[in-house]
Amino acid sequence: MKRLFNRLAQMFVTLIGVSFITFCLAYLAPGDPVAMLLESADTIISEEVMQKTREELGLDKPFLVQYGNWLGGVIQGDMGMSYSAKKPVTEKLSEGFAGTLLLAFVTIIFVLIISLPLGIWSAVRQNEWPDYLVRVLAFIGVSMPSFWLGLILLYIFGLKLGLFPIASSTITAKGIVLPALTLAIYQSTKYVRQVRTVILDELHQDYVIGARARGLSESTILWKHVLPNAVLPLITLLGMSIGWLLGGVAVIEIVFSWPGIGNMAVRAIMMRDYPLIEGFVLWIAIVYMLINFLVDLSYAWLNPKLRKGEQH
Amino acid sequence: MTAFIKQHKLFAFYSALVILLVLIAIFAPYLAPQDPYEGNLKNVLQPPSDEHFLGTDKLGRDTLSRIICGTQVSLFMSICIVILLALVGGVVGILSGYFGGKVEMVLMRIADMMLAFPGVVLAIAIAGIMGGSIVNTIIALLAVGWAKYARLVRSLVIKLRYNDFIIAAQVNGTKTVNILWRHVLPNILPMVVITGAMDIGTMMMEIAGLSFLGFGAQPPTPEWGLMLNEGRQYIQTAPWLMIYPGMAIFIVVAIFNLWGDALRDVLDPRSK
Repeated sequence: MKRLFNRLAQMFVTLIGVSFITFCLAYLAPGDPVAMLLESADTIISEEVMQKTREELGLDKPFLVQYGNWLGGVIQGDMGMSYSAKKPVTEKLSEGFAGTLLLAFVTIIFVLIISLPLGIWSAVRQNEWPDYLVRVLAFIGVSMPSFWLGLILLYIFGLKLGLFPIASSTITAKGIVLPALTLAIYQSTKYVRQVRTVILDELHQDYVIGARARGLSESTILWKHVLPNAVLPLITLLGMSIGWLLGGVAVIEIVFSWPGIGNMAVRAIMMRDYPLIEGFVLWIAIVYMLINFLVDLSYAWLNPKLRKGEQH
Repeated sequence: MTAFIKQHKLFAFYSALVILLVLIAIFAPYLAPQDPYEGNLKNVLQPPSDEHFLGTDKLGRDTLSRIICGTQVSLFMSICIVILLALVGGVVGILSGYFGGKVEMVLMRIADMMLAFPGVVLAIAIAGIMGGSIVNTIIALLAVGWAKYARLVRSLVIKLRYNDFIIAAQVNGTKTVNILWRHVLPNILPMVVITGAMDIGTMMMEIAGLSFLGFGAQPPTPEWGLMLNEGRQYIQTAPWLMIYPGMAIFIVVAIFNLWGDALRDVLDPRSK
């Protein structure tokens, strides 16, 4: 319980720290958001109007006051207004997050379809050709930039074969396949190795030797004994990539014009829409840390040895 | 030397490839068949031919020359970042690991904060807000990456800290600077070098990713991620613009990853 509390306190400090850093950056950055904001109106702006807008947005106040006001708002669930969209930041964030969440969900399904069979196959046939094949594929995947993979899939399946749309600015069932596949291939290169390791670990347990000695067939051992034991650690490992999927997939969302939170963030940065950027960074930090926290909790729950070892 | 090569054939082979890449990077301006910056508007978006081996881009610049010169940018930036990471992480790690106390607590709290957050997001935010440039990319990746090195070095130093040879040196009255320089540093160096070598490929991908988003190298720099971004718009009419720069990233990252793994096996045989 004390550990839980410490952990939550640490998460809180991290959130404050990260939001402060982003705020500092936005404050010190070159480029005037007010000029950016008014330029889009296509008229010549007088210094007077700029000053007035600055006052309206509270940008004329000292830095710490700005940060304090923002933080006060956040605690009440108000992240301010997006400059570019003229909508509350929370609304923009939840719009984008819906797209990213859906993408992450489909990706995870693809990851399971790809990595579980390959990982199990390479563990069962360790140091034989299937194992080498899977390991080489995983290595190739690790060394390939994900956005390049995305472009190639887009070229082959979108342009040459015409199976999927090239860009999907709205959420469609067909439009999700390619971005999810790209992310899944990229994620699978890591996950397949973890699956292999977990299954190999299980295969070397005493109970497997015992089962063999009792004359059970290899497939019975694998399906009835090894896999049920491996399922929970595998789920836990997968949980960690969810945090990554919800935060770090801006590049792929851009490649496929997927209306997700990363895509939104990149646009926000280009438009110097600081309230939106700050909201995005804070939101990702919260989601990422919560997921890691849940993963850690599930570790403790799955492995009773860890529950007692509260002191390191 | 020959005995070493015979013993570590794989490492020697990958090292040769890495040296080749470094040579390509250094002599890129001489190797490139054409000027990577000079466009020719009569020669726009030409498919691969004898004259332009990998085609030309929207300004009629030779893709092969730009890819060759891109080696320079990519290699220089990623090696720079890794060295800086090792330096910053090394200093922070040694300070907090050897001296402990309040310094350690503050530094490690900050490091934990950085590690508890998805690095890519912060790198995008930093590089994007400060404005895309090579220097800002390096700063962003440095800001995001140092914590991992600091943690690693700290844990290595703590393991060494109460070894007999360090205590003996202290008892002898050796200056702290000398202890750190002669006894601590040589013992932590191999692990730091391994980690750094294995990170070069990752850094290259992140640099390319930032440039692809428009937050890294700026036009007209011949940078692979940026080339992919520019080529993306012509995916239908000029697919070579997105195929070859990506292939360059893939090949170079793969070589550095293989070399990093081999280096680890040489320096730290236990890990095999």
